[in-house]
Amino acid sequence: MHAVDLQDVVVLLGRFPALAGASLSVEPGEAVLLQGPNGAGKSTLLRLCAGLLRPERGDAMVLGQNLRRDRRSVRSRVGYVGHHSMLYDDLTVGENLRFWGRAAGVDESQQLAAADRMQIRGRLFDVPVARLSAGQRRRTALAVAAARRPELWLLDEPHAGLDQDGRDIVDALITDAADAGGAVLVASHELERVEPVVDRRITIAGGLATEVRRNEGEQE
Amino acid sequence: MTLFEEIALIAGKDLRIEGRSKVALNQIAPFALLVIVLFGFALDADRVALQTFAPGLYWMTVLLASILAVHRSVAVEAGEGAREGLLLSGLRPASVYLGKVVALVAQLLIVAIVLLGGVLIFYSASISDPVLLVTSLLGAVLGVGAAGTLYGALLGSQRARETVLPILLLPVLAPVLIAATRAFGDAMGTTTSDGWQWTQLLYAFAAIYCAFGVLSHGVLMEEN
Amino acid sequence: MTIDSPGTNTESMAMSADTAGVAGVTRSRTTTILGAVVLAGAALWLFLAFGATDPDVRIVDGNEIGQFDAVRLMYVHVPAAITAYLAFFVTSVGSAMVLFKKSVWWDLVAGSSAEIGAVSAALALITGSIWGKPIWNTWWEWGDVRLLTTLVLFMMSLGYLAVRRLEGTAEERAKRSAIVGLLLIFNVILVNRSVEWWADSTIHQQSTIADAKIEDLKAFTLYYSILLGAAAYAWMLIHRFRLAWLERQYDRFGIDDAIVRRRAEGHTHSEGISS
Repeated sequence: MHAVDLQDVVVLLGRFPALAGASLSVEPGEAVLLQGPNGAGKSTLLRLCAGLLRPERGDAMVLGQNLRRDRRSVRSRVGYVGHHSMLYDDLTVGENLRFWGRAAGVDESQQLAAADRMQIRGRLFDVPVARLSAGQRRRTALAVAAARRPELWLLDEPHAGLDQDGRDIVDALITDAADAGGAVLVASHELERVEPVVDRRITIAGGLATEVRRNEGEQE
Repeated sequence: MTLFEEIALIAGKDLRIEGRSKVALNQIAPFALLVIVLFGFALDADRVALQTFAPGLYWMTVLLASILAVHRSVAVEAGEGAREGLLLSGLRPASVYLGKVVALVAQLLIVAIVLLGGVLIFYSASISDPVLLVTSLLGAVLGVGAAGTLYGALLGSQRARETVLPILLLPVLAPVLIAATRAFGDAMGTTTSDGWQWTQLLYAFAAIYCAFGVLSHGVLMEEN
Repeated sequence: MTIDSPGTNTESMAMSADTAGVAGVTRSRTTTILGAVVLAGAALWLFLAFGATDPDVRIVDGNEIGQFDAVRLMYVHVPAAITAYLAFFVTSVGSAMVLFKKSVWWDLVAGSSAEIGAVSAALALITGSIWGKPIWNTWWEWGDVRLLTTLVLFMMSLGYLAVRRLEGTAEERAKRSAIVGLLLIFNVILVNRSVEWWADSTIHQQSTIADAKIEDLKAFTLYYSILLGAAAYAWMLIHRFRLAWLERQYDRFGIDDAIVRRRAEGHTHSEGISS
């Protein structure tokens, strides 16, 4: 079973076809980089895989579920970290972790382990999210997703706003997730940064996906 | 998690946010008090008129304040994409809806109680039937909370939310205004209508909207 | 009563006709006949309502009493009110069909019907108000349950139409407005019940038609005008629905073009890289 299998998928945002017939597949245990210019459709592709958008045309299978028929059961199995942190500004880091953890049925030790992993325990734990820096928010959002131990990671510019430490943690997160048999889709502009930790690269442009073969990729 | 645990989780989250930001207590309740005082100016501080119309002015003010409270309740989810977080969390839409209703009702109760003190002091209103007053108050606030959460979710993070919500919600709340005013009129001894009958209508309204909210919230959360 | 399809959407119609060969008209043999019947019927209606029928005058104790010429407003007011309620009923039924059957067709019917309903309700309220001035000696009678219910319904219909114009995809819009549209019927019942209760304990106005003795020609004119109102409703509904259908189809064609353009973005990008 593919973790993700898209065939000629069209996704409309309003009347705009953000994805215009994209096809790609990702296997479990694989980390894949999505590259491409701004507005190419990378974020839309990740949101589609998270079950947040409906495929207008084509076939979209994620974790064995057909997104045309059932998007609900996919949602709780993916770890999606997008541009929005999906955190409550008025709640502290700890409260956010606890709320989202309990909502997803994650036990306390797992939540704390994820927080440790993202290094947001201690002083930061009791600070309201509104007072966090962009990087600290990103860490918290990643911790919320990590606590759920997702089968499919969908990371949208995960390195943005992070310091060197944070970037290393994200890289380790990607590698470990893939090693543990999970699938990872990372959209990023920092090709040199992500290249070493991914197995494949896919270019998204004009709402279409094209596989980049290792050597060919270097020539371009 | 059971349905009740989920409801408690959502309601607890919203109330914790209120506890920290104190929007209902420090902004909406003072606004409501201000309206009560302004009504006094508008009616030329006519003691008899104010006392007679205290129930109606009270509930009109609660409805205006509830518009603000519904906006706040929606805004909590609309910021930083928490709405999507709820979709991804796997929580049942019905429990998200009911949890939001519980939290909104609790906040409206704070406003309503502060406001009650306001009409007792500024309008010299007196309570002749406290049991009826409390029962009808709760019923009315439940109805406002149930309908407000439903229509609030319907508008979601729409840019036009602030202008569309009042025109959508206020006509719908007309029965609540009528019934709650009558019930309060009876409880405050300003009219002779049967307040308990009106209270029944308030609870019927709340029940209809809760049922509809539970049934439709899945559809509403899905795409907005 | 003979409002034609709104002109604002003619461009999109024309474009859909050009790009995809769909007939950009909302007319068909049925609507042509229906329209002719409505127009001819309207001429007869004008003659009956403002010529053939007598003003309402009764002699009691040597004094002339009654509604005089104001009674003629009845031939506009009553059909407008009935058409409004019919239209909103169709909106609610259509909304239920959208929610339970995911029907696109009914979504467009519900929206089209609500627009006609809002206009009819406004017409009923305005004529009622004008009638009330000489008869009740007030522009607005708070004791009349139907008047109040219709007013609140009119306001709720404005809310419904506002929701239909919110941003989002056609599916989102359909779901959202279907919930508001389905609630319309429950809200009207709730408002009507509560206002009736409320007005009972104040000044309750007798039903306006019941107390006036209507003679044969007046009764005929009234029933005729109700039928004419229903026919005009059907005629406008068909046209408005077809317009909405064309707009929706135009959206579809637009999407095929947009997909082609979107893909071209990718080519220009990769060319840019290689050159």
